[in-house]
Amino acid sequence: MSDHHHHDHDHGHDHGHDHDGKPIQEDALPSIEAQILETSVRELLIEKGIVSADDIRRAIEAMDSRGESLGAKIVVRAWTDPAFKEKLLTRSDDALMEFGIDMRPMELCVVENTEDVHNMVVCTLCSCYPRPILGIPPAWYKRRDYRARAVREPRAVLQEFGTVIPDSQQVRVHDSNADLRYIVLPKRPAGTEDWTSEQLEKLVTRDSMIGVSDVRSLDELVG
Amino acid sequence: MESRYKPGDKIRILQRNQPGHVRTPIYVRGKTGVIERIVGSFPNPETLAYGHSGLPYKMLYRVNFRQGELWPDYEGSPDDTLEIEIYEHWMAPA
Repeated sequence: MSDHHHHDHDHGHDHGHDHDGKPIQEDALPSIEAQILETSVRELLIEKGIVSADDIRRAIEAMDSRGESLGAKIVVRAWTDPAFKEKLLTRSDDALMEFGIDMRPMELCVVENTEDVHNMVVCTLCSCYPRPILGIPPAWYKRRDYRARAVREPRAVLQEFGTVIPDSQQVRVHDSNADLRYIVLPKRPAGTEDWTSEQLEKLVTRDSMIGVSDVRSLDELVG
Repeated sequence: MESRYKPGDKIRILQRNQPGHVRTPIYVRGKTGVIERIVGSFPNPETLAYGHSGLPYKMLYRVNFRQGELWPDYEGSPDDTLEIEIYEHWMAPA
């Protein structure tokens, strides 16, 4: 599956170099056998002319270049177009096709934040993530401390990301452990009724679509 | 393909002692939850992982659990829940 390749940019380089204030925990080193296997298969595929080195480089570049803007566009479209939102929540394949995205054989599951529920996504087994939309996951998403604690003590993890959810709101954790990939549809902030799509897109962050924070507040935006 | 369960059904996750590639984490085994939706049928990852065809397809569901059911000393709100994808052969009616 294209989702499980090991050729990430932070492969082996995310030990102790995280300066964003989040809790740091050394993971076990990646399996040497797995690294050798990946290198061997990749080199064999290139040698046999099945893919070229440039094909691989380009695929990584394409994935790496996906920031949050595509996801933000999808979120804003759902905020401003009720018919699209309904499609996104019930027939995500069709909704994504409107953006030229085909995630098959995986399927997108969009979980909507409401007054009553705050959603958060994790893959406890590995690092399943909606890569065709959001690109490469952040290093902390792949680390064992996030993957173990998000299901076990989500509110504590959220607080460490600076996100406090009142007890009146349910925290719902989604373990992305099989064939679905998840995006959180954050709540549209009040006071944005007159905003253009472009302005709204500036509010939507990657972390709000993973569910560890909410969208940017109105006063976070300059101009 | 027929699905055995439907949304709203109470089910219990089986305690299968199954080595190899499984996608049912230990923290939900033996626990009782509710079917949130039928996802659809997919190749069986447990055999696909070892180079087999993954046939016959298995039915996949999303299951909702109360966090208090999963973790005896859960410290969040009693309303907190967790949702996860579970294959039909890992469930029994509760």
